[in-house]
Amino acid sequence: MDEVLNMNNICKSYYMGAEELEVLHNVNLKIHTGDFLSILGPSGSGKSTLMNIIGCLDVPTAGKYLLSGNDIDDLDEIELAKVRNKEIGFVFQSFQLLPRISALHNVELPLIYSGLPSPERKKLAGEILKRVGLADKIQNLPNQLSGGQQQRVAIARALVTEPSILLADEPTGALDQKTGSQVVELFEQLNREGRTIIMITHDSNIARRARRVIHILDGHLTEVEV
Amino acid sequence: MLLESIKMSWDNIINNKLRSFLTMLGIVIGVASIIALITIVQGATSSISNQVTELGANKIIINVMGTPLKQGLNQDDIANISKLDNINGISPTISRKSGIVFHNKVMENVTVQGKNEVYFQTDASLLNSGRAINILDLESRNQVAIIGSNIVDELYYGIDPVGTDLTINGTTFTVIGTLAASSGFGAESNNDKVVIPYTTALRGLGVKNIKNLDVFLVDTSLADDTVMEIKGVLTPAFNYKENAYTAFNMGDMIESFESIMSIMSLLLAGIAAISLFVGGIGIMNMMLVSIIERTTEIGLRKALGATPNIIQLQFIIESIFLSLIGGLIGLILGALIAYVSSILIGIGFSISIATIFLAVGFSAAVGIVFGYMPARKASRLNPIDALRSL
Ligand SMILES: Nc1ncnc2c1ncn2[C@@H]1O[C@H](COP(=O)(O)OP(=O)(O)OP(=O)(O)O)[C@@H](O)[C@H]1O
Ligand SMILES: [Mg+2]
Repeated sequence: MDEVLNMNNICKSYYMGAEELEVLHNVNLKIHTGDFLSILGPSGSGKSTLMNIIGCLDVPTAGKYLLSGNDIDDLDEIELAKVRNKEIGFVFQSFQLLPRISALHNVELPLIYSGLPSPERKKLAGEILKRVGLADKIQNLPNQLSGGQQQRVAIARALVTEPSILLADEPTGALDQKTGSQVVELFEQLNREGRTIIMITHDSNIARRARRVIHILDGHLTEVEV
Repeated sequence: MLLESIKMSWDNIINNKLRSFLTMLGIVIGVASIIALITIVQGATSSISNQVTELGANKIIINVMGTPLKQGLNQDDIANISKLDNINGISPTISRKSGIVFHNKVMENVTVQGKNEVYFQTDASLLNSGRAINILDLESRNQVAIIGSNIVDELYYGIDPVGTDLTINGTTFTVIGTLAASSGFGAESNNDKVVIPYTTALRGLGVKNIKNLDVFLVDTSLADDTVMEIKGVLTPAFNYKENAYTAFNMGDMIESFESIMSIMSLLLAGIAAISLFVGGIGIMNMMLVSIIERTTEIGLRKALGATPNIIQLQFIIESIFLSLIGGLIGLILGALIAYVSSILIGIGFSISIATIFLAVGFSAAVGIVFGYMPARKASRLNPIDALRSL
């Protein structure tokens, strides 16, 4: 299988004045196309830090990170924006939908930054919203949708550029158990269709539903067999 | 992409109508005051310089203060000046106040002026009815008079004055014509005066000296040379005494008047520009507040693939929008103020294309200048920090 992501001895430190706080220690991680991986760890263990690096929102202090074969270290700000647009689909705990525009328009956003013309954007966004089961809600504003539906819109937005990795940080954190479970079900379906998914969570019940589970504790990764 | 940025900026302005409007207000006031001031000053300048031009840009005016030995000009001086080159005609003025009587109706303190035929030749619209003073009147010192419109109204209500006898300073004159009513303001109004041949005035009004001379020119561009030549004649005539007379060129006066007015309009526009500057700071402030409010949104857009340039563009466009809309409202408001004031003051109203471009250009520039810093700040936001804030 194709290697989508390869992290080699990734370290991340935060500096507060002269004080150095190393949050990730020599992280090694390989992910292949079609993987469904969950990263499980308690609060403060470095989950979000790792996700920011995977999502190219942040850069590691040391180590080598290859995404779809490209060394992230070589890229400038504009190229990184392009990578985020084309390679990564973000799903956030608090959905992060823009409140004043419709579900359809929210899903269109990444395509605007890809430079796609409006009719094609609308078509693609409509199709993907249908795929996540919201065909009849495309003109709704975010506050006219339930939490679960909002997260589906966010997942549609993450998928619309056909990214190499779907990256979800606590996607069920703001949802009740049942709705959260439905979101994970959607992830399972998408994975069966061939999508590569990384899901960050501190809920072991949720984490277990992935194909690979990786524990993170104080910035150290350990893969557990399932 | 540009279109999308424009649309997003526009949506944001519409979504914050009241705040956007208040932000624009500074620009509105700035642009309105610039437009109003420039337009009013331009209107006043052209009205006044039209009136000054009516007095004649093509002449040199000589005013005599005199010396104890020679209190004014005589006919020899006039003859000497008329021998110079570039002279089209000379119109002397002798002036005094006198009482006038017609049919037992008396007017006191009327300005009686002695003039010659040149005065009437240089301006055909001077005469309303009857005939002008001619050379024969001057040579024979005829007792003829041409009277202003207010005198006609006061003494001749319902009667044609031409051909009647008018008593001026105890002497009987025949009225040969009337002057056209003039709208000119100040001392030069023709409405209240009586014009008689200056030769008659020299004898009959007890005035011995000519104190004022209008010298009409063939070629206005040579006016300065002609002034020098006239001085060459008059300075020896006054025995080289200083301050005996002045000779100045009307064209110069109009020029210097116009330059004073343009300096004044620049000055006023400068003051108005300060309010535009304050308006710009208002826009910058609103943009900064808006960026803080939308930190998460900016972070999200970056996570979805927006480059810093696109974020910067979006905010710059928003700020240009704010200031341009403010500028357009200001333009309309300023034009309206100028229009109403020009009617109230009684000057002409015309708004120039240059003024409109100035207003639009200024407000766009304010948008760019004061939008740049906030937009740059937004484009540099770290997406992680931005997303964490929620
Ligand atoms: N910008 C920063 N500057 C300094 N320290 C930071 C910064 N961001 C994170 N940290 C620290 O790094 C550690 C890991 O943070 P991180 O957000 O990755 O944890 P997390 O596993 O996502 O926790 P949670 O489950 O609560 O979201 C924490 O101790 C945190 O205080
Ligand atoms: Mg976290």
